[in-house]
Amino acid sequence: MSAKSIEIMVCMGTGGIAAGGDLVMDAFYSQLKAAGLEANVQKGCSAHKVGCRGLCAKDVLVDVIVDDNKATYEYIKEDMVERLIEEHIKGGKPVEEWLVKEDYHNFHDKQVKVVLADCGNIDPESIDAYIGVEGYKAQEKVFKNLAPTETIEIIKESGLRGRGGAGFPTGFKWELCFKNESDQKYIICNADEGDPGAFMDRSVIEGNPHSVIEGMAIGAFSFGASIGYVYIRAEYPLAVERLYLALDQARQKNFLGKNILGTGFDFDIKVKLGAGAFVCGEETALIASIEGERGMPRAKPPFPVNSGLWGKPTVINNVETLANIPAIIRNGAEWFASYGTEKSKGTKVFALTGKVKNSGLIEIPMGTTLRTIIFDIGGGIENDKKFKAVQTGGPSGGCITEDMLDLNVDFESLAKVGSIVGSGGMIVLDEDNCMVDVAKYFLQFTQSESCGKCVPCRIGTKRLLEILEKITIGEGTAEDLVRLEKLAKDVQSASLCGLGMTAPNPVLSTLKYFRDEYEAHLEGRCPAKACRQLLTYTIDAEACTGCGACKRACPTGAITGEKKKPHALDQELCVKCGACFDTCKFNSVGRE
Amino acid sequence: MVKLTINGKEVQVPKDTTVLVAARSAGITIPTLCYHPRLKPNGGCRLCVVEVKNIPRLVSSCTTPVSEGMEVQTETARLKEVRATIMKLLLSDHPVECINCRATDDCALHELTMFLEVHENEFTGERRKYDTRDGNPFIERNMEKCILCGRCVSVCEEVQGVGAIDFAYRGFKSKVCPPFEKDLDCEFCGQCVQVCPTGALLGKMWDRGLRLGQEKKAVDTVCTYCGTGCNITLNVQGQNITKVTASERHWNEGWLCVKGRFGYSFVTSPERLTEPLIRKGKELVEVSWEEALDYTAERLKATKEKHGEDTIAGLASARCTNEENYLFQKFMRGAVGTNNVDHCARL
Ligand SMILES: Cc1cc2nc3c(=O)[nH]c(=O)nc-3n(C[C@H](O)[C@H](O)[C@H](O)COP(=O)(O)O)c2cc1C
Ligand code: SF4
Ligand code: SF4
Ligand code: SF4
Ligand code: FES
Repeated sequence: MSAKSIEIMVCMGTGGIAAGGDLVMDAFYSQLKAAGLEANVQKGCSAHKVGCRGLCAKDVLVDVIVDDNKATYEYIKEDMVERLIEEHIKGGKPVEEWLVKEDYHNFHDKQVKVVLADCGNIDPESIDAYIGVEGYKAQEKVFKNLAPTETIEIIKESGLRGRGGAGFPTGFKWELCFKNESDQKYIICNADEGDPGAFMDRSVIEGNPHSVIEGMAIGAFSFGASIGYVYIRAEYPLAVERLYLALDQARQKNFLGKNILGTGFDFDIKVKLGAGAFVCGEETALIASIEGERGMPRAKPPFPVNSGLWGKPTVINNVETLANIPAIIRNGAEWFASYGTEKSKGTKVFALTGKVKNSGLIEIPMGTTLRTIIFDIGGGIENDKKFKAVQTGGPSGGCITEDMLDLNVDFESLAKVGSIVGSGGMIVLDEDNCMVDVAKYFLQFTQSESCGKCVPCRIGTKRLLEILEKITIGEGTAEDLVRLEKLAKDVQSASLCGLGMTAPNPVLSTLKYFRDEYEAHLEGRCPAKACRQLLTYTIDAEACTGCGACKRACPTGAITGEKKKPHALDQELCVKCGACFDTCKFNSVGRE
Repeated sequence: MVKLTINGKEVQVPKDTTVLVAARSAGITIPTLCYHPRLKPNGGCRLCVVEVKNIPRLVSSCTTPVSEGMEVQTETARLKEVRATIMKLLLSDHPVECINCRATDDCALHELTMFLEVHENEFTGERRKYDTRDGNPFIERNMEKCILCGRCVSVCEEVQGVGAIDFAYRGFKSKVCPPFEKDLDCEFCGQCVQVCPTGALLGKMWDRGLRLGQEKKAVDTVCTYCGTGCNITLNVQGQNITKVTASERHWNEGWLCVKGRFGYSFVTSPERLTEPLIRKGKELVEVSWEEALDYTAERLKATKEKHGEDTIAGLASARCTNEENYLFQKFMRGAVGTNNVDHCARL
């Protein structure tokens, strides 16, 4: 064996670990040692964990780098490690059949990684690894060479807008806080991430926690906050663990703490664990929660920059927003602004999920078209079904139809068609998705997560949900549609906070683009065949071979028949679970 | 001062005034439900929404501070629609059984339904149902009637400083309750009952012995329980007190303690002493005030002569005013000649 250096990187984000990343890691450690490779190559041999690189569906992903030649493997299990070591590391021949395929490269080729640049690349538990990729350079520059106003000016010029949902210009927010005189100011990193399906903030903290800490320190220094909080949900144990570790390391190196880098500036960060209420991501509710109150929003104004935590000027920024900061300082405002569209600069991370082939976490320049995202990066629709719509912005967003696939993904364009960028959820729907059902799903979420403070949201979303339920079981009427639309609009305009104001969006947008599907339900049909109550199962006596599989599968005994003779289905007993449809091998169970 | 226009009318108010207060000062009515003038604005009911030029969404006037040049509209068609929707939503989750409710004469929900002319309701659906009754001795809590305005939570926290109740759960299941939904166990001051705009909170002893055909009256008086002298209003029917309330206009701003608010049954108690008693032999015998006072003076004098002034001590009552207590110590020191004087509040 002649290799001079061996580096092995194992994906150990939450997704990687769930797929067995820690077992793979252990296998590498012990088998490299047993094979004497560690001793052989000495310092040039390393195996370490890295954060998520986005394509969790192919976990465990492993990079093997021998003398600067990198090969990436997919779906690795611990029992495959032996062969990797034998053939690739010792024998010098990569194991072809386990290498990632074309779709892995397609997934990555059209992405531009700023926030996720080092996630999946460096060991998130090592501050030295972060420093090795220019980490904390930006903080040093800001603390030693830039006046606070200069830093704020750079962020303003970069055009960075908040990634937490509303897209408020970050530099402008910082400036407002800077101008507020106060003996105490705070910076809060919002890592509550409650949108169902969104996991970019978790991945950033799991994969590169120091970038967020550095972003916070830069903000704190520029507008004069001495205490920071990271509000993170307790359901993210790995992110919390890595965050605590990173904070300790940053304190040891004096990037946090007293007299940071000899500048006389003190700043430290506390961690506040959230209990998983979606509404606690709303900034005023989040502040109440840190203060020990129930997480309920209050009306704005006053805005947190004027009166926030404990009544003091407070900047709240999203994880991804903050993780952009060091890169902007390092590379300049112009560099950042070179990505994106006129009013939406830089990149945005999306959680691409649903019926796409490659689901996962992606980072794209603002302004990339939906078509590129879904068909190039995402690899198209699963099982080559027909694309129907893409839902962006999660429970606060809306859906976008096929004829708008060439739409640029940026704050303005999505808003124009009744959706939002939001926190970056992107759910691809195909012909099997019923749009009424999709709207119902999101409304179930917002209704159960409503804080209960205001009437339109607490009771309004409940009534909306009840109307949708009525429609999906085929009992809706034309008046219900009128009522649905009117109430949705009233809830939107009268609710107190963003949760209630945006909760009707999935309803309004599906009503706008898929009214025909709603109308079909009124006639007792679900075109996507997703609403159980509207389906009728029948057995085609000609095609039935009498194998009896459906009979055994039916939980209510609705199917009867003798062996090798056509079976019969009793509609009275049928509960429409679809078990017969799924089990029949001869396509003789029909569904209408 | 800040200048703004409300419905085209120019209004001038001090800085930090809310739009609602500014409107009311100009004689403009905006319906409210969760707002209470002595509590921090909550902003939850959304009935007080108004339109402000250049703000696309509706804002709650009870929480929004005025700003220079602001142009406010409080009576547009859109606002009427939205307010009606809010009322209908509230009523769709309220047991509209007013005939069986003891708060009909004092219910903001009822009043607003009339004011906003909400006579039909297209919204129906699930209603909250709570079977368990709170077993505390004073306050009846009908949480199905609660509209979650939050006034009780605020008053308990901000005024009473107790924090015995708060919101629990989320979504449609949200409710106000004591910790772990146990029975209420607090000071029972009833501040929450006083501010509740619906029949959700009532005194358990209210309305006992209602009479037919007897005039209802509200009699302003002063609570006799202590020297603080809170103003109270006795709601009476004939000779019968149906409940005690307190007015926000009086110096105690409508706040009372458990005794003043709920401890009124003594007034008509058969065990209540109404005449002085002197023990004659083994019996306590009713006597006139003349006789009682003469007897007391005589006994004090005799004791003082025989055993000396310091064998006598005086204990005053917390139910006396400061002035009465002052006079009492003056009497003990000047007339009786002893410093042995104290007050029951020290016990
Ligand atoms: C119901 C609701 C939930 C929210 N959840 C989050 C969240 O999980 N993370 C987040 O960063 N912002 C969330 N926001 C937005 C925040 O209120 C706030 O605007 C944001 O954190 C500001 O940061 P930014 O300027 O960097 O985007 C939420 C807003 C609402 C109304
Ligand atoms: S809109 Fe919903 S979440 Fe927001 S304050 Fe109202 S009830 Fe609470
Ligand atoms: S009676 Fe007084 S102490 Fe008890 S809950 Fe009501 S306000 Fe609070
Ligand atoms: S009990 Fe009364 S005061 Fe308390 S929230 Fe309910 S309606 Fe409001
Ligand atoms: S009175 Fe303003 S929101 Fe209730």
